[in-house]
Amino acid sequence: MEKRATFDNRVLAYLLVAPQLLITFVFFIWPASQALWTSVRREDPFGLRSEFVGFANFARLFDDPSYLASFQTTLIFSAAVTALVLGLGLLFAAMADRIIRYATGYRTLLIWPYAVAPVVAGVLWLFMLNPTVGIFAYALQGIGVTWNHQLDGNQAMLLVVLAAAWKQVAYSFLFFLAALQSIPKSLVEAAAIDGAGPVKRFGTIVFPLIAPTSFFLLVVTLVYSFFDTFPIIDAITSGGPARATEILVYRVYRDGFVALDLGSSAAQSVILMLIVSALTVVQFRYVEARVQYQ
Amino acid sequence: MIERTRVLDWIAHLTVLVGIALLAFPLWLAFVASTHPPEALFKAPVPIWPGDRFFENYHAVLVRGVDSVGGAPISVMLANSLIMAVAIAVGKIVVSLLSAFAIVYFRFPFRMLCFWTIFLTLMLPVEVRILPTYQVTADLGLLNSYTGLVLPIIASATATFLLRQFFLTVPDELAEAARIDGAGPMKFFWDILLPLSRVNIAALFVIMFIFGWNQYLWPLLITTGDQMTTIVMGIKRMATVADSQPVWHEVMAVTCLALLPPVVIVVAMQRWFVKGLIETEK
Repeated sequence: MEKRATFDNRVLAYLLVAPQLLITFVFFIWPASQALWTSVRREDPFGLRSEFVGFANFARLFDDPSYLASFQTTLIFSAAVTALVLGLGLLFAAMADRIIRYATGYRTLLIWPYAVAPVVAGVLWLFMLNPTVGIFAYALQGIGVTWNHQLDGNQAMLLVVLAAAWKQVAYSFLFFLAALQSIPKSLVEAAAIDGAGPVKRFGTIVFPLIAPTSFFLLVVTLVYSFFDTFPIIDAITSGGPARATEILVYRVYRDGFVALDLGSSAAQSVILMLIVSALTVVQFRYVEARVQYQ
Repeated sequence: MIERTRVLDWIAHLTVLVGIALLAFPLWLAFVASTHPPEALFKAPVPIWPGDRFFENYHAVLVRGVDSVGGAPISVMLANSLIMAVAIAVGKIVVSLLSAFAIVYFRFPFRMLCFWTIFLTLMLPVEVRILPTYQVTADLGLLNSYTGLVLPIIASATATFLLRQFFLTVPDELAEAARIDGAGPMKFFWDILLPLSRVNIAALFVIMFIFGWNQYLWPLLITTGDQMTTIVMGIKRMATVADSQPVWHEVMAVTCLALLPPVVIVVAMQRWFVKGLIETEK
């Protein structure tokens, strides 16, 4: 879609896009190309000279069992967060859609965690499951479970998953509710007249109609759990114990800022860029499809 | 709904209420903890009903300061967060308004190249290019400054797309009429386009304010002095003190203060928030 009525003033047009483009070049594209450049070079131990090493940094990464383990950790973490976020979001949205008269009030009470900073979400959950004072840790003790996420990697993983999902359920709830409310009532009524009960209607009519929204939420939640959960990991576990919760984004930060392994950190950045680019492309292809159907 | 099944309605109410309670429970505990004296939070079980120290505790953290973060009063951190959040939100909206206006209402060489360059930023979140972006910012001498906190993240592909989408729906006749009446592009932008965009700007402001307030990794990298600490960073430092238990009643008071502004904005401006959230993702 294009405008028929436009203005002719090239200089002004360039001035208008200049701020956005300048920031994009200086703080996005230039650093990204620096990462690409560094990822194929190796510095000497004193940081004085660097030489071209091809894909050696990448090869070194994929030979490193701890990097592959970090990949696996990220996949487990993202899968768990995504399943919780989509499952609970759909459940609450389906229920709120049923009692539509109260939906707006309920919506307010369900969406506020989205505004909470990831770090704050992490600290809230840390307080509930702190081995010394946590109320849930205490309750678990009562039924014979020793909770200490500082020592037990699985418990640490569970804790970061819960904190990450808690913050994001609101998001999928909102989108599922909007999708459910846009389904024409006549379709559901027709099925009801033909004798389909609520469960059958949900499976054969409602769910197929909200499938595009589900797919969109799947991609967005994956991006969230891959990239935006850094503060939660940093606040609760710092990647520990014994790297049990060291997701890829956390590792880039650790290797770059703490361990100062520039080549490796840059190679990891490039891998992450490829992942986020792939997810963005998938997301936008789907959006194009949705626009055409409307 | 179609059939009046009481049981199903009750199940629906019950499920949603359980969900609300589950989501609110961490916040409730935090608030309760922030109203108790420190002794109440040394060991489990912690209280689940509010205590009587609300005013003392909040007054203490806001005015006197917290030892584990260099004794700086929390009000300084709140002010830093507010400055950063408002500057990021306003900056993103201004920059995006201008570039969306140029892309929709002007014809110029490399127009689509500009568009795709802006699009590219979606694929480069801070988290994946932290080290080189830090270096650029350091080379420009922007460490430990508000400019450094704000400027590198005010490019916004999502805001530009949302506004472009909206500008495309504005009737062509308006621009034609403005031109016939002899109004230049900037007069058209200021007097016609901007007033029409009010709702979209409000929606973007809510989303971007939350984004700005909740920034963590970027401020963590580029600020070192206590004077530039934001509240979100301060909480992390208070909650993970080395070799000792955090001072929970203070941590929780600061936590409540940190989440109050964005939560109030989302609840009070819910209509714009929902609109902004759903439309920026399209």
